Amino acid sequence: MADGGRIGIVVVSHSEQLAAGVVELAHQMAPNVRIEPAGGTDDGRIGTSFELVTAAIGAADAGTGVVVLCDLGSAILTAETAMDFLDEDQRERVRIADAPLVEGAVAASVAAESGDPLETVVRAAESAGGGGAAPGAPAGGLGEGPADVGTSGRISRRITLTNSDGLHARPAAELVKLASTFSQRVTVNGIDAKSLLAIMALGLVKGDEVEIATDDAAGAGAVDAIADLASSGFGEH
Amino acid sequence: MGPLGAAEVGLDITWAVDWVRRGAETLSEHRVELITLDREIGDGDHGENMDRGFQAVLPKLDDLPAGSTPADVLKLVATTLISTVGGAAGPLYGTAFLKGSAAIAGESSIDAAGVVSLLEASRDGIVARGKAESGDKTMVDAWTPAVDAARAAADGGASAAETLRVAADAAAAGSDATIPLVARKGRASYLGERSAGHRDPGAQSTAYLLEAAAAAASNGTSA
Repeated sequence: MADGGRIGIVVVSHSEQLAAGVVELAHQMAPNVRIEPAGGTDDGRIGTSFELVTAAIGAADAGTGVVVLCDLGSAILTAETAMDFLDEDQRERVRIADAPLVEGAVAASVAAESGDPLETVVRAAESAGGGGAAPGAPAGGLGEGPADVGTSGRISRRITLTNSDGLHARPAAELVKLASTFSQRVTVNGIDAKSLLAIMALGLVKGDEVEIATDDAAGAGAVDAIADLASSGFGEH
Repeated sequence: MGPLGAAEVGLDITWAVDWVRRGAETLSEHRVELITLDREIGDGDHGENMDRGFQAVLPKLDDLPAGSTPADVLKLVATTLISTVGGAAGPLYGTAFLKGSAAIAGESSIDAAGVVSLLEASRDGIVARGKAESGDKTMVDAWTPAVDAARAAADGGASAAETLRVAADAAAAGSDATIPLVARKGRASYLGERSAGHRDPGAQSTAYLLEAAAAAASNGTSA
């Protein structure tokens, strides 16, 4: 199965072009996820279509579940109505996320790409609306080179971003995907490395110094892997 | 025409079909008006969508099998509106007709109590779907007075047709009463205070549809 049983995503918008654009954007970061657009009415007008939403849910569902993102109020009404008409067993694995369309779709798609289960993908979408309030830069001394093991058990590495676009969408997604493969909690300048939107909200650009850290004694491998990726330039050199 | 004159006359498949035909006619007639109302505080598609949805029902009425009930007609309206109306009105009215249909399922003819059940289930479906409350400046502000008036009339011994008549009048008054309200649900809520002074288009289309139901019923009793 090409999608590896991943959760599928449906993007419901009043505009066919908007839905298609959000799908394109999300797919860039989640190439193996079924992300289906349901934009506009059956005949291409502005609005939402019960039939298109129903078809998109069917196409997105690999049997593990679907998360639906909606733009404006009546898109939610249409999605809820479509859910009412699903078979009961399918309806149980479809969720409508209360999330902003673009941020929610991207966050949900990255979580789905990482193989997260249904409820985790929903949470990823719904936590995407907080604006990723980026806290201030981390305190702490300058540790260069390989991971430092501090007295508190904190492990950290500082690297400098060398790729032209810094931690923008695709590199941020790669970093989050890598971080998600480790069980330990790792931070990037104090921000959870598994939270795509929060990482992107840091707005880190070329030349910025970045601290990759964990308080987990077992996290040295994760810190090194993420620091290696971040200092590699993400293939953009 | 008092309760004695019409109390025994129930509303059957002929009434239901006539309601839908009259509904389609009145929505076509008021299409531009509903578009204008919706343009003032919404996205301007309500008149177009309602007209399109009801016009799509009309040819399907001819295909209803013999022995169909009023509930079958309402269910046909529901599924057609849900699949053809692109705005909020599709899911909302679709749910209303679907729940209304379920409330009178299997009945070949409905009495005043049946009218109340139908209206109440429709209103409850809209509330469940749209999560609007009375006073939010939505179609609920036409439906709820209609349900309350219908129940009072039916409890007082009114006929089915009379019950629909007071319901339609109450819906019209409810639509009027949306004019000063500030919208708290739907697209108009984005306008905040600026939504005051405009009639809610959904409340007005509800008033037109219940007027059509009442007219179809009085036509049936007088014929």
